[in-house]
Amino acid sequence: MTLTAEKGAPMKGPVLGRRRLLQAGGFLSLAFALPLGDVLAQTAAPARPPLPGSLQTNRMLNAWIRINADKTVTLLVGKVELGQGILTAVAQICADELDIDMARLKIIAGDTALTPNEGTTAGSFSMPNCAPAVRHASAEVRAILLDLASKSLNQPVTALTVADGTITGPGGAKTTYWDLVVGQALEREATGQSTPKAASAYRYTGKSVPRLDIPAKMTGEPIFVQEMRPEGLLHGYVVRPPTYRAKLASVDLSVGERMPGVVKVVRDGSFLAVLAGREEQAVAAGQALYAAAKWDVEKGLPGTDGMPEWLTSTKPARVIETRNTPRQGGDAPVKTVEATYYRPYHMHASIGTSSAIATMGADGVVTIQTHSQSVFETAEAISKMLKLPREKVRCQHVQGSGCYGHNMADDAAADAALLAVQMPGKPVRIQYTREQEHRWEPYGSAMVVKTKAGVDKDGNVLDWDFQIYSTPHGTRPGGNPGNLLSARYLAEPFQQPTPQNGGPPNYSADRNGIALYEFPGHRVLTHFITEMPLRVSSTRGLGAYGNVFAIESFIDELAHAAGADPVAYRLKFMKNERARDSIVKAAEAFGWDKWRKRDGRGRGIGFAQYKNTAGYCAVCLEVEVNKRNGRIRVLRAVASADSGHLVNPDGVVNQIEGGLIQSLSWTLKEEVKFDDTRVLSEDWASYPILTFAEVPPVDVVLIDRPGQPFLGTGEASQGPTGAALANAVFDATGVRFRRLPLTPDRVRAGLTA
Amino acid sequence: MVAFKLNDKPVQVDVPANAPLLFVLTNDLGVAGAKFGCGRSQCGSCTVLVDGDPVRACATPVSAAAGRSVTTLEGLRENGKPSRLQQAFIDEQAAQCGFCASGMIIQAQALLDRNPQPTENDVRSALNGNLCRCGAHNRIVRAVLRAAKEA
Repeated sequence: MTLTAEKGAPMKGPVLGRRRLLQAGGFLSLAFALPLGDVLAQTAAPARPPLPGSLQTNRMLNAWIRINADKTVTLLVGKVELGQGILTAVAQICADELDIDMARLKIIAGDTALTPNEGTTAGSFSMPNCAPAVRHASAEVRAILLDLASKSLNQPVTALTVADGTITGPGGAKTTYWDLVVGQALEREATGQSTPKAASAYRYTGKSVPRLDIPAKMTGEPIFVQEMRPEGLLHGYVVRPPTYRAKLASVDLSVGERMPGVVKVVRDGSFLAVLAGREEQAVAAGQALYAAAKWDVEKGLPGTDGMPEWLTSTKPARVIETRNTPRQGGDAPVKTVEATYYRPYHMHASIGTSSAIATMGADGVVTIQTHSQSVFETAEAISKMLKLPREKVRCQHVQGSGCYGHNMADDAAADAALLAVQMPGKPVRIQYTREQEHRWEPYGSAMVVKTKAGVDKDGNVLDWDFQIYSTPHGTRPGGNPGNLLSARYLAEPFQQPTPQNGGPPNYSADRNGIALYEFPGHRVLTHFITEMPLRVSSTRGLGAYGNVFAIESFIDELAHAAGADPVAYRLKFMKNERARDSIVKAAEAFGWDKWRKRDGRGRGIGFAQYKNTAGYCAVCLEVEVNKRNGRIRVLRAVASADSGHLVNPDGVVNQIEGGLIQSLSWTLKEEVKFDDTRVLSEDWASYPILTFAEVPPVDVVLIDRPGQPFLGTGEASQGPTGAALANAVFDATGVRFRRLPLTPDRVRAGLTA
Repeated sequence: MVAFKLNDKPVQVDVPANAPLLFVLTNDLGVAGAKFGCGRSQCGSCTVLVDGDPVRACATPVSAAAGRSVTTLEGLRENGKPSRLQQAFIDEQAAQCGFCASGMIIQAQALLDRNPQPTENDVRSALNGNLCRCGAHNRIVRAVLRAAKEA
C-alpha cells in the first residue's frame, strides 16, 4: 500500500499504480528500476559485509529510498501495515536519519513489483528487521547527499548542517537534496559504514507520533482492500464444501447460471465458484449452488471435547528435544509436582472477512490487491497454482481488517486470482461471508502441555520437565500452492505440504517452551503432530500462548505449594536483569505488596520475554469471581513492557494493551467448537469474543532502553495475560483451572467439584 | 428504483429492492465508511444512521431506506474536516487496524445525539454490540468521552 505522510491529510486512494507513482515522483535520481520479478534476484552474496536487518538481503539503497524532484522522499519497505503502526514507526526513523520533515515522506509497502522483499510481516520481526534497515539506509543516503553537497558548495562535510532536506554551509551557502539529485544516477549498494544518529539527536524517534493511517480510517477515506471498487468489477463467491475433505460428487451448474446477474459459474474438480455483477447476486447464486451440490462427506474429527485426549494419544511425527539440560549432581527431589494444561483452537477472528481483488491484464499479468502478510511468497504460490511464470503474478499489499497472523487473506488472494483468469480484463472481487471465514480460516493450534517438577524440601525447583503436544503452527503459503485452500480442491489438486516445526531461535509449537527461569535441571520435549484435525496456522504468538500459560501457571502452583509469594518465587529463579525489571515494575505499578485480599477477589501475575529474544512483558490482573455462577470479572490490568529502544511509545502501549485484551478474550471465552465432521463455530454467537462491558482498564508501564536494539512487541502480552488470569482466579477461589477457556460453566463446575 | 438521502444529498439507485443497504452503499454509491463484517447484525461494523438511528446496514434491505436520510462515516465530516467525534478518535489514537472504527463512531454519534454527556458506563453499554478484535476498546471509550467533554 502507499501512505502519504502529509500532516493530518487523509490518504489518497489505497493503491497507487507504478506509472502514477513514477509520474508523481517526477525525476527520480536515486533511481529504482527493478523490473517486475527481479526483486527475487536480490539475494545476498556471501562475500559482502553483513548489513543491518533486511538490508542484508535487499542491499541496494535505491531499493529503499528515493529522493524525488518534487521535494518528497519515497520510502519503500517490504513489511506491511497490519494496524500495528509499523509504517509510522519506520517513517519516524527515516525522517530522523535523513533530516527531513515527516510530511515529505511517501511510503510504499509490500508490492512485489516495487519494494524490497522482507518476507512475511509476522513474529514481531518488523521492528528488528525493517527498522534497522531503514535506519541505516537513510543514514547512508544522507551521507551520500552530504558528500554531493560538499562538492557542490565546495565545503567540507563537517562544515555542513541539514534541516528538512536543506543543506547549509558556512556563510549561509545553501543547497537542497532535491537540487543535488538532479542529473545523478545513484544506484548504490549499502556499505553498512554509515553512522546513524545518537538517540538524543532524534526529532521523531522516541515520540508518540500519531499514526499516519488513522485519519483516513476515522473519516471514511478508502484505505482498506475491502473498500476498493474498481470500475467494471465482478463479485466472486466460492462455494466451500460442507467439510474439510468433502468431494464434490455432482452439481447442476445451470442452477447457478440461471440466477439473476450471474456471469459465470466455475467448476474445477471440487472447486466451485460463481461470478456475478452484484455482490448479493453472487452470494445468492453461490448458496443456491451449494444447496444443489452433492458432496461425499467424511467423518472422523475428534470433536471439541475429544481434542486433549487426541493430542496426547496421537503418534507425533517427531519428538523434538527442544532443550535437555540434566541437573549436575545434588540430592534427589523430596517431591514431584505434576500438572496438565490445555489450550483449545482459537480463531484469528478478524472483524472484516478476508477479501482481495485480482485482475488479469492484457499483458497476461495477474495483479492482486491483497491484505496478505507475505505478498512475495503468496504471489509465488499463486503463480504455481495458476501454472503461470512467477513474473506474471503481482501482489500489492492493501490494508485489511486486523489479522493477528495467517488468516484467510492469502486464500482470498488465491480465489480472486483463480476467478480473474476466467475473465481476463475484469477485476474480480472476493469477500468471504462470516460463516466462511469462521469455518475455514486456519486456527491457532490446540495444545496440551504436561509439566513435572522435582522440588527440594523448601519447594525450590530442581528438575523442570515440560512436554508439549501440538499440531503445527505454520502453514503459510511459503511459495507452495498446497497451502492455498482452494488449490487443494482443484481437479488436479495441490497437496498440502507437511508442515515443519520451526527450530531455534524462534521455534514454533515450542515457542517460549523453554522457560527463561534458571532451573538446575531443565528438559523440554515437543511432541510435534503433523496430522491436522482442523486447519491451523500462525496465530499471534504461535505456541507461546499455550506454553507461557503452562509455565507461568505451573510456577505459580509451585510458589503456592512452597508457601512463597508468586512474585518473590519467580525472582528467585530469574537471573535475566531485564526480565527481573519487567516483573518488578509490573508488580510495583499494580501495587502487589500493598494489595489486600477480599472475598471473591484475587490477583495474578504472568511474565514472558516473547520468543526469549523479543519484548519483555509482565502482566498483573485483579479479578472478581462470582462463585455462584462462575463468572469472572477482570477488574484491572497492569502490564510492563521493555521493547528495547522505544520508537513510538504510544504504539508500544497500543500493542501491549490490545494484545492483553485479545488474550483475555481467548482465555475467558474462546474455543473453536467442532463435531466429528465439521466446525460448528460459524459466527459471533457461536464464537463469542470480549465486549466493551467486559474489558478492564489497562495500564501499561514502559521501560525505555535508548540505544538498545528495537525488540518486537506485537505478541508480547498474549502469553503472560492468559497465565495471569488463571493465577488470579486461583488466588480468588483456591481452585486451579488448567483447561481453557475459563467460561462460567467451567468455573462453576470447578468450584463445585 | 429506490430514492433516499445519503449524507444530506438526494440519491436514486436502480437496484433490487431486497439488496442489503450495505451492498448498495458500498457497491453502487461509493461509500467506504460502512464495512461488511458479518452480514448477521452481530458485529456492528456496517452501522449507519437512518433518520438518526443506528442501523445494521448488512441486514437491512435498501427498500427500508426509501424516503429516509442515511448517514455514513463520510457524512459526519464537517466542511471536509473530521467532526469533533472523529477528531477525538484521531486524538486518542483509538484504533489498531481501524476496521471497526466506522461502526464505532456511528454508534457513538447516535449515543451522543441523544445523551450528550454520557458516563463511561453509558458509552460501554452503547457500544457493547460493536465488536473490536484489536483490543482498542478503552481508547474508543476515551475518544467518545473526550468528544462529549469538548462539546
